[in-house]
Amino acid sequence: MNLIETKGVHHAYKTPMGPLPVLAGLDMAIPESSFCAVVGPSGCGKSTLTRLIAGLLIPDEGEVWLDGELVKSPRKTVGMAFQNPVLLEWRNILENVILPLEIVAPGMPRKQRVDRAMELLEMVGLKGFENKRPSELSGGMRQRASLCRSIVHKPRVLIMDEPFGALDAFTREDLWQTMRELRAAEPFTGVLITHDLRESVYLGDQVVVLSDRPACTQYVLDVDLPDKRPLDILYTPEVGDMLHDLRNQISIAQNRGEVA
Amino acid sequence: MNTLSKILVPVASVLIFLLLWEGLVWINDWPKYKMAAPSDLPAAFWKFRWLFLEMGWQTLWRTVVGLVLAVLLGGGLGMIMGLSQMIRSALYPLLVGFNAIPKATLVPVIALIFIGEHDFNTVLMAVMISFFPIAVSVSIGLSTLEPEYRDILRALGASRFTIFRKIALPKTLPEFFGALKVSVTLAFIGTNLVEIVSPHGRGLGALFDSGKTNGDYPLMFAVLIALAILGIFLYYVVVSLERIFAGWAERPQS
Repeated sequence: MNLIETKGVHHAYKTPMGPLPVLAGLDMAIPESSFCAVVGPSGCGKSTLTRLIAGLLIPDEGEVWLDGELVKSPRKTVGMAFQNPVLLEWRNILENVILPLEIVAPGMPRKQRVDRAMELLEMVGLKGFENKRPSELSGGMRQRASLCRSIVHKPRVLIMDEPFGALDAFTREDLWQTMRELRAAEPFTGVLITHDLRESVYLGDQVVVLSDRPACTQYVLDVDLPDKRPLDILYTPEVGDMLHDLRNQISIAQNRGEVA
Repeated sequence: MNTLSKILVPVASVLIFLLLWEGLVWINDWPKYKMAAPSDLPAAFWKFRWLFLEMGWQTLWRTVVGLVLAVLLGGGLGMIMGLSQMIRSALYPLLVGFNAIPKATLVPVIALIFIGEHDFNTVLMAVMISFFPIAVSVSIGLSTLEPEYRDILRALGASRFTIFRKIALPKTLPEFFGALKVSVTLAFIGTNLVEIVSPHGRGLGALFDSGKTNGDYPLMFAVLIALAILGIFLYYVVVSLERIFAGWAERPQS
């Protein structure tokens, strides 16, 4: 069953120069507990897509379905992570991770909240840092804490808007592996916006390529790789072909024709 | 800096300031009716010690009450301006215009509206002069909140009030305390303005005025120093409140 479906989604932003269409006929289908990576040229409306799925925006035309329901407003079963970890400086790491539980499960006993947060912090390697302030942590650690916060309330969907975009290459690879471990342990369905093709293949079960603005679904690649993915799987000929394929599609999306 | 030098450095700078002042008066051989030297002040403080205590208390409580009201008024205005762009564009010209008016010109105006209400007028002036920085900083703090901060809670269906309470309000506290430090000293200017100008006033400003009437220069300078001391005292009260409520904004220095 598809947990997330978008059907003929059109959306435009109002600007002083008139409406600017960003999405035009976007169709996506993301099966439950799978992971969908979305790539596309800069400014093609990828972030708009995350806001539509989260219910923070309502499309001008078309429908977004989540878990068999038409999305009309935000819902508690969604988690979000951004490029900026947006941790609250006045809370320590533990309290930052607990924050969504205060909204989603106001009646949950304190001990249960702490246990849940600590379980996740341990999984991402932040045990021992729970009492630190966000400013005391490195960029990669902050993003780990941010990921814990986005799934602490066991959301059905985790929506990520370039969460690893601001990290250096090696930290990013560490986070990819953490992401796969979290996926194995937690039941969410993932939607990942990214600019990094290797990231999209390493993390995704399918990679959706969006066309230039106004964006529609241009191409869908099914990533047929085992669930257990060591990092060097990225250097196999199989993945090389996938990356080449995706690169071609991006060039087409940028209206530059196929790569020779 | 360790604790000892944190105390010694400011004490030393105050002593050097007093020495320079004393030296200036001594080198120029200025008589007391031109400028009092620091060495003249202890006698003036002692002679009028009971008046200083009474008038100092008058000035202090009216300033504090004015400041508290300014926090409520400025904070309230800042909140509605920070949350609604329409109210912001409606109120800004009025506030800026009001703030540009020299407050001394308002003393006779409020004195005529509220005749004889010396306490009320003094507090009112302290409020009028000190709420502006608070209103501006709170509204800027709220209106410049990055949308992602709002979205992490909004995506969970949190109400506007919850987002305000859990995110916007604490995030604005450092700006608020920054403004409050400016407002503390402004509030003193407000109370003293009324105390000095209104006839039969009370407070340190009135004591200054009586020093002027009697040509008692050491008394006048002693009042100024007393005001400076009260100002420093209230400023550090605000600093300790800031440590408690917004200490997180202070980054450890490396």
